[in-house]
Amino acid sequence: MSIWRYANPAEFMRITDPLVAPLWGAAAVLLAVGLWWSVALTPDDYQQGSTVKILFIHVPAAMLAINTYAVMAVASGVGLIRRHHVSFLVAKAAAPVGAAFTAIALITGAVWGQPMWGTWWVWDARLTAVLIMFFFYLGYMALWAAVEEPEKAADLSAVLCLVGVVFAFLSRYAVNFWATLHQGASLSVAEGQRVDDAFRTPLYLMIVAFYLFFVAILLVRARTEIRARRARSLRLQEARA
Amino acid sequence: MIEYLTTDRHALYVVAAYGATAAILGWLVWTTLAANARARREMQDAEQRRKR
Amino acid sequence: MVRSPFAALVRRDTRLALRLGGGGAVGIAFFVLAVVLIPLGVGRETATLARIAGGVLWVAALLAALLSLDRLFQADYEDGSLDQLMLAPMPLEQVVLAKTIAHWLTTGLPMTLIAPVLGAMLQLPDTALPALVLAMAAGTPALSFIGAIGAAITVGVRRGGLLLSILVLPLYIPTLVFGARVVEHALLGLSTAGVMGLLGGLTLFAAALSPFASALALRINAR
Repeated sequence: MSIWRYANPAEFMRITDPLVAPLWGAAAVLLAVGLWWSVALTPDDYQQGSTVKILFIHVPAAMLAINTYAVMAVASGVGLIRRHHVSFLVAKAAAPVGAAFTAIALITGAVWGQPMWGTWWVWDARLTAVLIMFFFYLGYMALWAAVEEPEKAADLSAVLCLVGVVFAFLSRYAVNFWATLHQGASLSVAEGQRVDDAFRTPLYLMIVAFYLFFVAILLVRARTEIRARRARSLRLQEARA
Repeated sequence: MIEYLTTDRHALYVVAAYGATAAILGWLVWTTLAANARARREMQDAEQRRKR
Repeated sequence: MVRSPFAALVRRDTRLALRLGGGGAVGIAFFVLAVVLIPLGVGRETATLARIAGGVLWVAALLAALLSLDRLFQADYEDGSLDQLMLAPMPLEQVVLAKTIAHWLTTGLPMTLIAPVLGAMLQLPDTALPALVLAMAAGTPALSFIGAIGAAITVGVRRGGLLLSILVLPLYIPTLVFGARVVEHALLGLSTAGVMGLLGGLTLFAAALSPFASALALRINAR
């Protein structure tokens, strides 16, 4: 028995079916506890005041903004090599989720930056790289939408995703390089720099909650894609008969 | 809670951040569930038609 | 004279682009016009123009290269020549390489040659012009190579121009950053060798990756 058995759409549906509800439940419970803890039970930061509460959603969203693309790249690579539709569909299902987390990271970052840095936006290396990431997601989704044949769309967007992951690394490096001269003293307060104990536990809770939420919504979206694909092929069979 | 909202000078920013996040995630969950229900219906319709 | 199929393909595509209506000259005109618009928009102050000249020239080059990408595979895909080329004994990767080189010869090369004139008009000091030309020569091939991947992916999409730009522009960011930085270093009197190395390395990397990725995308589109 190998793990490729799960790449069979029917098998994938059968195995993931009992997982969906518990995942939603676990994500909801952890999110509720994490939110309560981070909003109501943490003190204000001595420098940041109550805006520190924004970081409890900003940090997990930013982590997922990057990691979702990694999930898509792995799924695209596996899809291209092993020719599994489920892999392509997982990559397709992940893209809007990644775009949403990227948007959240950008918006919460801007709202945090205004009171803390006195500006909504700085051309900091990290911020700029996340903004570029957002356009990678947009392009990937636009390609899926533009190619009519699903089989072609799957392969082409997988190629784009893999080329994109290489250039995402290059862009990150280039942007780091670019930010060193334009910005003498970096305003960036590195999130991981120094997290006080009082903030650490709720932050970890929120990170786990966001990841559970991601897995839950990714599963549902992938199952949706598989069903839509099955419905489409049944319709085509019908039309041919 | 009300005391926080009326006295903290950063309250608006915090509320805006949480509000925007809730709106985006809510929209994502809503469209995901709606698409899932639609796909499930379409697949069942197609399978039933095939059986007949 | 024995002429290799590779050279013949480069010649064919170059000629097609240079022909009246082939789009080669129009692309260069676009590049010049885009640069000329900048002083009209930001003002004619010498120090400001010199400060932004490198970035402006690179952004204009990016857009000019982008707008000419559709002629790389599109016409050949539509009239069926691409299918013929795929059946030819020459590997598709070589076909892509030849067509990309022809694209550079008709976009990147003329832009490189005209860049010092535009740089001087943007008040770049003469000392920075050699670095500008070198940077354009080392960096513009990357625009053609990276663009070829995007053009190959979108070749089957009707009215794919906008889609192509949203796919390709993010991939152009490293080239833009390093290319403009070479000019900036030259302007500030710093050594340009390090950045130039990064820019050249990027071009070589794109040249190594592009023929395979583009050929893969073309094969998928031809199925």
